[in-house]
Amino acid sequence: MSTNDLRRTAARDRLGYLPYLVPGLLLFTGVIGVPFLMNVGTSLTRWSGVGTPEWIGLGNYRELAGDGEFWASFGHNALVIVGMALAPTAIGLVLAALLTDLIDRHFGPRVASVLRACLYLPQVLPIVIAGVVWSWLLAPENGAVNELLTAVGLDSLAHDWLGDPATALWSVLAVMVWIQIGFPLVVFMSGLQRVEPSLYEAAEIDGASWSRRFWHVTIPQIRPEIFVVLLWTTIAALKAFAPIYVLTKGGPGGATNVPSYYSYQNFFDKTEVGYGSAVATVLTLIIIALTIVFLRVQARDQGEER
Amino acid sequence: MTVTLTDKQAKTSARRTARTRDRRRRRRGPAAYAVLLGLAALAGIVLIPFVVVVLNALKTPAEYSEKGPLAIPDSPSLEALGQFWDRVGFGGVLVNSFLISGSVAVLAVLLSVLNAYALGIGRIRGRTSILVLLLMANTLPQEALVYPLYYLAKQVGLYDTRLAVVIVFTVIQSAFGTYLLSSVLSTFPRPLLEAARIDGASRWQILWRVVFPVLRPTMSVLMVFFFIWTWNEFLIPLVFLVSNDNQTVSVALGVLQGQRLMDATMSSAAALLGLIPTVLFFLIFQRTLSRGLTAGAIK
Repeated sequence: MSTNDLRRTAARDRLGYLPYLVPGLLLFTGVIGVPFLMNVGTSLTRWSGVGTPEWIGLGNYRELAGDGEFWASFGHNALVIVGMALAPTAIGLVLAALLTDLIDRHFGPRVASVLRACLYLPQVLPIVIAGVVWSWLLAPENGAVNELLTAVGLDSLAHDWLGDPATALWSVLAVMVWIQIGFPLVVFMSGLQRVEPSLYEAAEIDGASWSRRFWHVTIPQIRPEIFVVLLWTTIAALKAFAPIYVLTKGGPGGATNVPSYYSYQNFFDKTEVGYGSAVATVLTLIIIALTIVFLRVQARDQGEER
Repeated sequence: MTVTLTDKQAKTSARRTARTRDRRRRRRGPAAYAVLLGLAALAGIVLIPFVVVVLNALKTPAEYSEKGPLAIPDSPSLEALGQFWDRVGFGGVLVNSFLISGSVAVLAVLLSVLNAYALGIGRIRGRTSILVLLLMANTLPQEALVYPLYYLAKQVGLYDTRLAVVIVFTVIQSAFGTYLLSSVLSTFPRPLLEAARIDGASRWQILWRVVFPVLRPTMSVLMVFFFIWTWNEFLIPLVFLVSNDNQTVSVALGVLQGQRLMDATMSSAAALLGLIPTVLFFLIFQRTLSRGLTAGAIK
């Protein structure tokens, strides 16, 4: 068989997988594709949500380019990425490795499961409730955090965590880490189950320390999961809405505002549906651009592996 | 290399793992205990907010206003729990949430497997673009989806039905599943597929007999995620499920919270009641997650 024939067979072979994509693509078109185009359409109008939208072309986008509030909210997003994506992924990786490689093997899988369940629990709590509980804990008076600081003699550090623009964003980030940590942990632990136990045994027999095994066995083995978790949490960070909504409502004085909350404000508080759609469209395009770059890097990484 | 993992082989490999584990367990040093202690302390800190919820759910409003949110209740009272249950008709709401989240968990995992099979194993042309497209289901902020979806649902007569919410979230959640599974499958050992093909297996058979068993641990993780994520969804169910008969737990919670009709003890009671089903769900599936070890033993 010539190379050409081979290529043709391969192409025909790949086409055979196409039917498996049909349900996914059809549902996607109806639930996401069409609504997205409608959203883009709305972003070209001035509309309060009722009545007839007024066509204004790119007016909303021109306004957006000079909107200081919008760009400031983007700046906060950079930190939110640290709080919701980078920190939880790094911590989750170490915790997953410790639980799988150390706790599970030395103290049994039951201990590891219990610890995993405890660390995952914040993911289960409805965000509305998490918001209420954390406002109790971070309250300026009688809040648990301040009382704890007073109890250990650090009263000077106690203050209004969510009300002070200097600490509001950092407090929100801490709560985000608390919420997020369980997600990478569970994904990484399930990924580590694919890893051959003999790999660890071989490394151990060679006298590799825990940190060497972590870098040279654990991380390379669950690379696909690391990529997925990083991209996913970064997207979640860019769209972050609920934690901001329940903890600070973007305040104090816009100190914790993020684009997705800003678009929500325009949709529902200011009823500037056209402008809110424009914010959402820009945000979506930025996330898509980031996704493309990320998937390219991942594809190259996986290509090298083979 | 084995193409199909028989029960017997699974058991031998499980026994082997168990034996190495026993041997190793004898050699735990002080370092292992230090790590265990550290992790237990971390888990303790993570759990503090939950302790606060339980404390307040068991207080009477009078006791709460007297002693504040962090005091331990003198005599646990179930008053707040009962009040919240009656006010929202919690039984019905619970059934709705179970129906919706359960259907989404199963359907979205199936959809993800089909998508990922075509993208990860089939490696069809333009797969990265298709993946980016499918990922939009998650990248699009939900605030932007609400108006158009509301309009479309009214057009096709699905407005205020649980089915509409199931369809919407099946698509939204499957974005993550498609991505995770196709990433995992793109590292799937090719020789295994070719061996199955030579044995005369069709694509459909390969999917269920070769690929599916390897994906099982990851799929059960996805089911847990999808169930819990859908359970906690607020905005779209709030807009779609206007009649009381169709409401879900988190909508009932959020609405009461928003109307400021609940005092702190009832909020906590609501939180506790809303939390228990998802925690149970997670705990039940924990087992499946750990059992993945033997299923993943194909090399």
